[in-house]
Amino acid sequence: MLGVLGLGAVGIVAGDRVSSGLSGLLAPIEQRDPTGLLSLIPLGDTFRFYSVTGAVRTESAATYRLPVSGLVDAPHTYSYADLQALPRTAFVQTFQCVTGWQVPEVHWAGVRLAELLDRARPSSQARAVRFRSFDGTYTESLTLDEARADDVLVALEMLGAPVTHDHGGPVRMYVGSNYGYKSTKWLSGIELTDHQIPGYWEPRGYAIDGRLPA
Amino acid sequence: MPSTDDSRRRGSTSFDSASEGDDGRIHRFSLAERIVHRITAVLMIVCILTAAVLYNGSLSVAIGHRHLVELIHVYCGFALPVPMLLGAVSVAYRADLHRLGQFSSADRRWLRSRTRRDGTIRVGKFNAGQKLNGALTSSSILVLFATGIIMYFVTLAPLPWRTGATFVHDWFSIAVGLLVVGHITFAMKDPEARAGMRTGWVSRHWARREHAAWLHEVTDGADGDQTDERVDS
Repeated sequence: MLGVLGLGAVGIVAGDRVSSGLSGLLAPIEQRDPTGLLSLIPLGDTFRFYSVTGAVRTESAATYRLPVSGLVDAPHTYSYADLQALPRTAFVQTFQCVTGWQVPEVHWAGVRLAELLDRARPSSQARAVRFRSFDGTYTESLTLDEARADDVLVALEMLGAPVTHDHGGPVRMYVGSNYGYKSTKWLSGIELTDHQIPGYWEPRGYAIDGRLPA
Repeated sequence: MPSTDDSRRRGSTSFDSASEGDDGRIHRFSLAERIVHRITAVLMIVCILTAAVLYNGSLSVAIGHRHLVELIHVYCGFALPVPMLLGAVSVAYRADLHRLGQFSSADRRWLRSRTRRDGTIRVGKFNAGQKLNGALTSSSILVLFATGIIMYFVTLAPLPWRTGATFVHDWFSIAVGLLVVGHITFAMKDPEARAGMRTGWVSRHWARREHAAWLHEVTDGADGDQTDERVDS
């Protein structure tokens, strides 16, 4: 019994290293595993799918619309094709959940949020950006300064392919250098506000500043 | 109904963990132990079902409502050790806890033996497999409890610890899931063992076959005769 407890304690302290070592070792095998059984093993570095409402409707790229509104001089509504036509930014970054799980080296691509903000021309009262989701419930926010960072994307691609529905497609936020809850899935609207409005998780225990510890 | 059976028999039942009923049935589990078992079973099953929704991608997306599912999982998890701790006010519960914690050399031989069920190694109230299951499950529950707290209260520990806690929680939940499946599998194979946990009483025949040394002890040597070596407790 003490052995089991000791194993647990060591795991808490060293688990992040063991976890990444193990997944590095097993991931190549898992990809070639014909039975698919290995995918049942909790390798740690896998996405867990978060949805805070019931089933979320599927939105097709063809009918997708993204309004950028609020305290701006030039409101815009973008179609999926409009977003594809804007300058594309791509990078690789670890997705980090506030509860601890992470997925290293995720490939992200899309339009920098700063690009959309520049086009919308925020008014002088604008201090923060609010994101809405077409799940009808989820919202998140960033300060205007955070929103202009280089690794804040309106993401069209993730893991080397268009963002799937389960990952929040067709278009989702990816707020780099922040905990995952800042990266709104099923993005349906971007609104500029005069102060930061707490989103879905903030009253439920997560900080409004979601930046990763340095 | 088990409960009426039980109250009828309780007249001849001492408060200790074992004694004989009027019709020669043997008292195996006190009311306190049965209640603790039942509540723990319900909490554990809710934890397992909600864990499946939180962990499995297709279930997560189909069911959604992550915060609600998470709250149910977390509060059932926090509640999981409570009945076991409250049970300790019962003398019978403490006595059985003590028995479960005692590993003898005969227990080790029982675990290694291929013919462990033939009665040669006489078994006390709990066999070595039950003791092992008890030790592994209870300690794993504590590990899940501790790692769950670190994951849920995100300001308690630094990020690398939360990552480590998630890793440990994942693997221990698989382990506990397997232990629970094993526990239920053995119970399904033995209806009388289940009846013992449901009603508190078992037949003399069953006790002689499965727990001869215990029967010998509770009948003051009148039954479960000592033909071979004895396993204490």
